[in-house]
Amino acid sequence: MAKITFDGVEVEVPDGTTILNAARKIGGSIVPPAMCYYTPLQGSGGKCRACLVRVAAGSAKDPRPMPKLVASCVTPVQDGMVVENTTSEQVLNVRKGIVEMLLINHPLDCPVCDQAGECDLQNFAFEHGVSTTRYQEERRTFEKIDIGPLIQLHMTRCILCYRCVYTANQITDNRVHGVLGRGDAAEIGTYIENVIDNDFSGNVIDVCPVGALTDKTWRFKQRVWFTKPVNAHRDCSHEKCPGRVVLWYKGKDVLRVTARKDQYGEVKEFICNECRFEKKETADWVIEGPAHIDRSSVISANHYELPVLNQQVIADLPESSVRDLEQNPPMKLGN
Amino acid sequence: MEPTTAPTKPQFSPAAQVEIKRLLTHYPDDRKKSALLPVLHIAQAEFGGWVSPEVQDLVAATLGLQPIEVYEVATFYTMFNLKPVGKHVLEICRTGPCMLRGSDELTAHLERITGAKVGGPASEDGLFTLKEVECLAACGFAPIVQVREKYYEKLDTPEAVDAMLTELRNQVHRPILPWEEVGLPNSLKNN
Amino acid sequence: MGRKLLTEHINVEGIDTFEVYRKHGGYRSVEKALKTMTPDEVVEEVKKSGLRGRGGAGFPTGMKWSFLAKPEGVPRYLVCNADESEPGTFKDRQLMSKLPHLLIEGMITSSYALGANTSYIYIRGELLYVLRILEKAIAEAYANGFLGKNILGSGYDLDLHVHPGGGAYICGEETALLESLEGKRGNPRNKPPFPAVQGLYARPTVVNNVESIAAIPVIVNMTGDEYAKIGVGRSTGTKLISACGHLNKPGIYEIELGVPVEEFIYSDEYCGGIWKGRELKAVVAGGSSVPILPKELILKTAAGENRLMTYESLSDGGFITGTMLGSGGFIAMDETTCIVRNTWNFSRFYHHESCGQCSPCREGTGWLEKVLHRLEYGHGHMEDIDLLVSVAKQIEGNTICPLGEAAAWPVAAAVRHFRDEFEWHVKHPQEATRPGAVYPGKAVLA
Repeated sequence: MAKITFDGVEVEVPDGTTILNAARKIGGSIVPPAMCYYTPLQGSGGKCRACLVRVAAGSAKDPRPMPKLVASCVTPVQDGMVVENTTSEQVLNVRKGIVEMLLINHPLDCPVCDQAGECDLQNFAFEHGVSTTRYQEERRTFEKIDIGPLIQLHMTRCILCYRCVYTANQITDNRVHGVLGRGDAAEIGTYIENVIDNDFSGNVIDVCPVGALTDKTWRFKQRVWFTKPVNAHRDCSHEKCPGRVVLWYKGKDVLRVTARKDQYGEVKEFICNECRFEKKETADWVIEGPAHIDRSSVISANHYELPVLNQQVIADLPESSVRDLEQNPPMKLGN
Repeated sequence: MEPTTAPTKPQFSPAAQVEIKRLLTHYPDDRKKSALLPVLHIAQAEFGGWVSPEVQDLVAATLGLQPIEVYEVATFYTMFNLKPVGKHVLEICRTGPCMLRGSDELTAHLERITGAKVGGPASEDGLFTLKEVECLAACGFAPIVQVREKYYEKLDTPEAVDAMLTELRNQVHRPILPWEEVGLPNSLKNN
Repeated sequence: MGRKLLTEHINVEGIDTFEVYRKHGGYRSVEKALKTMTPDEVVEEVKKSGLRGRGGAGFPTGMKWSFLAKPEGVPRYLVCNADESEPGTFKDRQLMSKLPHLLIEGMITSSYALGANTSYIYIRGELLYVLRILEKAIAEAYANGFLGKNILGSGYDLDLHVHPGGGAYICGEETALLESLEGKRGNPRNKPPFPAVQGLYARPTVVNNVESIAAIPVIVNMTGDEYAKIGVGRSTGTKLISACGHLNKPGIYEIELGVPVEEFIYSDEYCGGIWKGRELKAVVAGGSSVPILPKELILKTAAGENRLMTYESLSDGGFITGTMLGSGGFIAMDETTCIVRNTWNFSRFYHHESCGQCSPCREGTGWLEKVLHRLEYGHGHMEDIDLLVSVAKQIEGNTICPLGEAAAWPVAAAVRHFRDEFEWHVKHPQEATRPGAVYPGKAVLA
């Protein structure tokens, strides 16, 4: 075990834990943002530099500060390490710079982007950036590409986090897309026209921190904050698919299906394409209840936190349904 | 009428296959991918100075890789031409030390006399493709053009440029495999 | 004339063959090391020699070797970094093509010291013709029992292979090089883990520059203590300097560290002064990534002392008034040189060579290039000059690998020392963009 001090808070974590995960153990607003790191994806992280922190003391053995800021997502802790994130002016300034870099070639087309409202880059810029730009040059653009009937690639929005590449490598059985070219001309692509088509390919949509990979079946259907996320599951026939998802409702219609994400936007259980793209009827699913949405998220604007079933509605239900609800409560029953 | 021949897939020549076999002995058995760059060089030399998607697929199959693993690499490294090229690709160094000794003028001069444009298609006679590259590590002999494995140095006079172009124009035999120019490595001769 | 330790026999006819090389004392270090020394004793000699990595960073080679992890039963590797591509640097190409056996001898002795049984020379793909020279020389070394099984009956085995790159400056960064050697894109790795613990194929690996490896036979033969006597202070031994740009005699010079910069530029023994009888304007002393210095600061330090060709003297004054010896790529610019254009050219290089993996470098290098392009072509604004400094600062220190710094330093230094010339481009765009325009100088304008 290693004990570290992060923004003045002490925390003890197993050896080999990264600084970021130690901070996540503390939780709250001191946790560094992460745009490319993704816990379930081996090898991810270190690229976007959003999570840079200052190591004020390397370890108990060698308490010298580290000469440069380090990427907290890939740097392991050492016993006695002292880390500064929100308490370091330097870190906050550098982070502003990272926002600026990530945005100079970003189209800022949030008004027409399906990711708006649940976009890591939007949140990152809102929380850590400045509202003006010093960039006067032409922005880099790419053509939109359909990689198969279900997924659209809008490369112009991509921040090259490589998450979708790791996902294809680790979650699906064959990878047909990757990072092509290099430098700021690098792009996600298949090189020759190709279709990303396998049972788990849809997960690249969920791991994408921006609106570069989007679900074509959900395209322009609705702004995410007008939809209601509800946890649901089904007995999926695919052995690797847990069948546990979030259904995004507008009225009675399921507009899209996604995997469940934790508070850091990470999917822990990847779902199959059948669950994602083909099961869009309530009847396909066993409803569990409203999905947890962070209070600060724009999606919470619809007050879907802790809904309560109206007692009068319950009274009107047939007895079998009430029994069912009690045994398998989808949401909190009314008081 | 039915087409009589199906489009033929590219195949490595027997000599190239021997060379690839030799290269694979350089790396651990479970690390065949290591041979990717050398094999891409062989492929580019064998198939007209560029690597088409079909050629890249051949490389993938040869090394047991997914095609995307080859595409990612071929598009990263600037030596691999992804479009058809002329008989000779003139790689003109444009970086600082060469610029100080006249690489801008050299490029303009080459465009004028070959008719090809940097980044554009080959000259009309199909002989020359012009390509600007970054530092070739021969700065003391600037300005420099590389053509295949040969460095043409100190091209700061029209005469020097003419001599290079004449030599290239008169080159009847375009070596297919890179090592033809200097002879086969010993290990290959013994095979 | 200083001593030549590496290049003494470089012009001997046939020195690229085993026979002639051997006749001139070649492979003695292999005999000495394998027959009379333990691997640790070789490492000790290298430590004593004070040899500092010749690729650019100047990190002590012996110390780097001592970091190598040696877990039981796990193979370890020595990889020679022959991906020479820092603009201004062309020493390794000469060394390898003319003295291939010196590098091979160095690889054998060094591999023995590190306990590596398979070693690689990663050479930039553009130098395929040098690869052929090396392969031929390696075949000779095998044939003469200096490579392969049981070398010289010592029980030590070594296989040595040459591996070509494919055209990417970034592969000179040691972890990008290892990725490339594994057949992947040249994306530098996050560190830790360092190559000494997890390098090639995730096994302990040392990566050394060609010139560093080539110095090992010299050190083993003459002993580390004797080697350390050459040079000045912590800058021991000799260094190959690649001299280029507006010099009368550009080329490779092996110097004893400590030669005054002024002597190096103007003496006939070395570069023979500035071409066409012109004045020197500025020098980039250690490859394109190190800070450019104007004439007065490259010849003398801010304190007025003669600047010497040593690690310490060149970096005297830090980045305010100093620079770095770096890889020894010495680029001289005459009085007609446009600093803005040259800075733009270097920025274009780093933009072109950024792997694109991490955001400050991917986006920042392009931004720098575009702003500099605007300034050079007469569309710049006064605030662009500070913008350059600010963007450079946002890149520096925040990237996965040192390419970020390499891209930022030249820009920051050019503005630091030549701000007036940047301002002239903004104030007098028509004049500044005229073909052949020469900045008249601050004094003239005033």
